[in-house]
Amino acid sequence: MIQHDVVIIGAGLAGMRCALEVSKDLNVGMLTKVYPSRSHSGAAQGGIAASLGNSEPDTWEEHMYDTIKGGDFLNDQDAVEEYVKAAPRIIYELEHMGCVFSRTPDGKIAQRSFGGHSKPRACFSADRTGHAILHALHEQLMKNAESVKIYNEWYMHALIVDGDRCNGVVVSNIQTGEVEVIQAKAVVFATGGYGRIFKITSNAFASTADGVMAALDVGIPMEDPEFVQFHPSGLYRQGILFSEAARGEGAYLLNGKGERFMETYAPSRMELAPRDIVARAEQSEMDAGRGVDGKDMIHLDLRHLGKDRIMERLPQIRQLGIDFLGIDCITDCLPIQPTAHYSMGGIPTDKFSHVILDEKGTRMNGFFAAGECACVSVHGGNRLGTNSLLDAVVFGERAGKSVLEYAVGIDYGNVNEGQEKARVLEKFEDVFQRDGSESYNDIRDEMKEIMMSHCGVFRDEERLKVCLETLKGLQERFKKGKVTDKGKVFNTEIYEILELGNMLSVAQLIATAALRRKESRGGHFRTDFPKRDDENFLHHSMVFATPDGLEIKPKPVIITKYQPAERTY
Amino acid sequence: MATFRIKRFNPEKQPEPYYEEFQLDIPSGATLLDCMNQIKWTLDGSLSYRMSCRSAICGSCAVKANGHALLACQRQAEHIIDNDETITLEPLGNMKPVKDLVVDFTPFWDKINKVKPYLEPKEAPPEKERHQSPQEFRLIDDSSTCIMCGACYSDCNTLEVDDNFLGPAALAKAQRFVGDSRDSQTLERVKELSEPGGIWDCTHCGECVERCPKPARPFDRIKEIMTVALDKGVTNNVGARHAMSFFNSVKRSGNLNENRIPVESMGFFNIPGLLSLVPVGLRMLLKGKVPPVIHHSIEEVDDVKRIFKELDQ
Repeated sequence: MIQHDVVIIGAGLAGMRCALEVSKDLNVGMLTKVYPSRSHSGAAQGGIAASLGNSEPDTWEEHMYDTIKGGDFLNDQDAVEEYVKAAPRIIYELEHMGCVFSRTPDGKIAQRSFGGHSKPRACFSADRTGHAILHALHEQLMKNAESVKIYNEWYMHALIVDGDRCNGVVVSNIQTGEVEVIQAKAVVFATGGYGRIFKITSNAFASTADGVMAALDVGIPMEDPEFVQFHPSGLYRQGILFSEAARGEGAYLLNGKGERFMETYAPSRMELAPRDIVARAEQSEMDAGRGVDGKDMIHLDLRHLGKDRIMERLPQIRQLGIDFLGIDCITDCLPIQPTAHYSMGGIPTDKFSHVILDEKGTRMNGFFAAGECACVSVHGGNRLGTNSLLDAVVFGERAGKSVLEYAVGIDYGNVNEGQEKARVLEKFEDVFQRDGSESYNDIRDEMKEIMMSHCGVFRDEERLKVCLETLKGLQERFKKGKVTDKGKVFNTEIYEILELGNMLSVAQLIATAALRRKESRGGHFRTDFPKRDDENFLHHSMVFATPDGLEIKPKPVIITKYQPAERTY
Repeated sequence: MATFRIKRFNPEKQPEPYYEEFQLDIPSGATLLDCMNQIKWTLDGSLSYRMSCRSAICGSCAVKANGHALLACQRQAEHIIDNDETITLEPLGNMKPVKDLVVDFTPFWDKINKVKPYLEPKEAPPEKERHQSPQEFRLIDDSSTCIMCGACYSDCNTLEVDDNFLGPAALAKAQRFVGDSRDSQTLERVKELSEPGGIWDCTHCGECVERCPKPARPFDRIKEIMTVALDKGVTNNVGARHAMSFFNSVKRSGNLNENRIPVESMGFFNIPGLLSLVPVGLRMLLKGKVPPVIHHSIEEVDDVKRIFKELDQ
C-alpha cells in the first residue's frame, strides 16, 4: 500500500497550487491521468481576473459585484468577497514564481477587457494564459521535486471512507494496469469539469466526471449541476475554443445577414455581455434562421483589429483558424457556435475548500475539493470569463492551507487494502465480462447528441423528460457494451469505458436538476419558464444519490452585500 | 477511402512490433486525431495512443505520420495523406514504445529537469509584480509557447546517435530562463549549457524547427543561448571555440580553413584533445582526404571583409 500524508487528484492549476502549499509541511502524492503539463487548465486562453488597476482604476468591490451580477445572484457572496480580495496577491505570487505575462509599456502586467467585467481586469499572457500559469506552477513543482511525488498517467477509481472520514483512494497505473491503494490523512480533488457529455464542447477528452462521481459514490451530494456554461465562440462543429479575448480586443459577432445582432440582446455591453447571454443570443439567431448560410453558425469578425494587434495579442487563435479551417482571421471571419465549456456545479465545499455532506454545510473529514470540480459557489448561475483560472489558483491555495490545518499531527485512518482493491478489480472484471452486444461509441454519441439538443442552451420540461428517458436507455445499454482490449498495458479503452459510465451518471444529474428548476437563471434557461424566480428558486440544488433514486434538496444562497436585482446589460 | 498503416506493438502479446492497415473514409474537415478516434471507436478498440485537448495546447497526441513527428489534432488528415492514399502512423522516435503509438517520456522529462527549469529570481519579490518591459517579454515569448509534446525530441538527429544530448525541448526550456530579465543565474546557466550534451552538441540540422507545432522553434532558441554564452565570455569549451574558429576563418579568408578549425576547436594547449585528433588525421591522410596545407582565401575576400565590417557596426 502506498502512503502519503496528503493525496491530490488532478494536476491542473488547482491541484498544483494546492500541492505547492501542502508540501511546505507534509508529504504529498499528486495523481494525474495525463501529465501536469497536459491538464486542461492549459487550454484557457484569455486571462485571469484581478483588480490590479494596471490600465484603469479598479477595486475588489467592482470585481465582486460584476461576478455576482454575472452569476445571476446565485453566488455565495461571503465566498466571492474573499475570492476577489485574494486575487491581486494571487496574481503577484504567480508573477514572482516566474509566470510569463504580457506587459504594459511601463512593465506592469497588462490587463484587457472581458465579458461581464466592467473594468479591464484580465491579466494575460498573449492568448495562452492558462498554459503560462500551468507551466509556471509545474516549474515550481519541478524545483521542489523531492517534496511532491507525481503519479503521471494514473487513474482514480474510488474514495476510501470510514463513516464521515476520508482515508485514501483506490487508483490504477494506466501504463501497467496495476490497481493500488493510496492511504492518506487527507484527499484533495482537483479533477476539473465534465463538458465531454455534450456533442459540441471546448473540453479535453480528459474532462469527464471522475471526481464528482467518486464523491457521489460515497454519499456526497452534487451542487448545482444544472448550471453548465456554453461559451459563445466554439469553433464550428469541433467546439474547440476561440478565446473571448478576441471580443475583449474588439471583435464583432455577425449573423447571416452581417448584422451585429448583440444590439438586440445587450445594447450596452454588446459582444462583451456575459457568456450565457451571448450564447443564448447566438442560439436565438440560429434558431430563427439567421445563422450564417442558414446553418448553426455565427461569424466572429476580427478583421478590423488589424494584423499587428492580432499577431501580438491573439496569435494562437489565428493559428487555430488556419490549422483547423484554413481560415486566416486577419482577412476572413471565423465560423463559431456555442460550445459546452464550464461546469458551475460540482462537489459542494464551504469557502475553506472542505467538502460538505449536506445542505447544512456539515463537513466531511479529510476531504477537500478545488477548481472546476468544486462548487463553492463563487460563480453562481454563470461564471464570468477569466474567473475560472482565478478560482483554481485561489481555492487551490486555500485547499492547501485547510489541509495543513487539518492534517498536521493526525494519524492515518483505517484502510482495508485487500477489500478496497477487490472492489475496483471487480469493476474491471464486470466490464470485461459484458456480453458485447452494444457499441460504447454509439452510446457515447447518443448521450452527447441528446444532451446538446435537449439539455443545452435552451431547455424545457418536455425535452428534459425525453432526455432523461433516453439516458435511462443508454444506462441499460451501457451494461452490455463490447470490449476489445482486455490487456493491462496502456489499455486506453477500459478507461474510456469507465469515463463514459461516469458521464452517463453526471448527465442524469444535470437533466434531473434542470427539470426541477422551473425558472431561468444564468446558464440554465427554461423556455417554459423564461424568467428568474427568486421567490421559489433563489437557492442551490443539492442532488443526493439515494437508494430510491436522485433526491434534490435546496441549500440557501448566502447574500451579504448585494440584494438580487434585475440583470440587464 | 484512405489506408491508415499503423505500427502496432503490445508487449503482452508479442515482443516485436508489426504494421496493421485500416481503411477509412476521411470525413471532410477531419483532423488526423479524428481519424485515429474513428479507427479506435469503430474498428479496433485496442489501439492505444495519447490525446486530450484537441486544440494543439496539451501536447499529448504527438505521433509520427509518414515519417515525421506532428500533433495529430492539429493537422487535417487530407493534408498529410501521401500519393498512395496512405497515412503511416508510428510512435515518436528516440523514446521507447510502451504500446502501439504510446512511448515512454521518462528520458524526455529527465532532461527537462536537468536544465533547472524554473526562475531563480534576482532578489526577494517586491510587494507587487516585478517589472518587465514588452521588449524583455518578447525574448521569452516564443520559448514559453512550448507544450512539451516531444515532436522535436522524436525527430532530433543528434539524439538518435547521442543519448547524452539534452535535446531541443530541454534547450528551448533553458532559453526560457536564460532570456528572462527576472532571472539571476544567466551566467551559470549558459556555463552549464555549454558543457558536453548541451548547446554545442546540436548539429544545426533544423529538424526540430520543422517539427515544432508551436512558435517555440527550439533551434532558434539554441542559437539565442549560444549568442548569450559568447557574449558572456563563456568560450572555454570545444563548442564555443569551434564556432569562433569557424567565424574567424570565414572573416579572414571567406572560406573554412579545415586544418585550423579542429586544432583551434580543441584548443592549442589541450594536449590530450589534440592527440585524440591524430588517429582521425592519419585515417584521412591514408584515404587522401587531407585538405591542402596552404590555405587560400577566396577571390572576393574583400567583399566578405566588408560584410563583417558592416555587421560589426
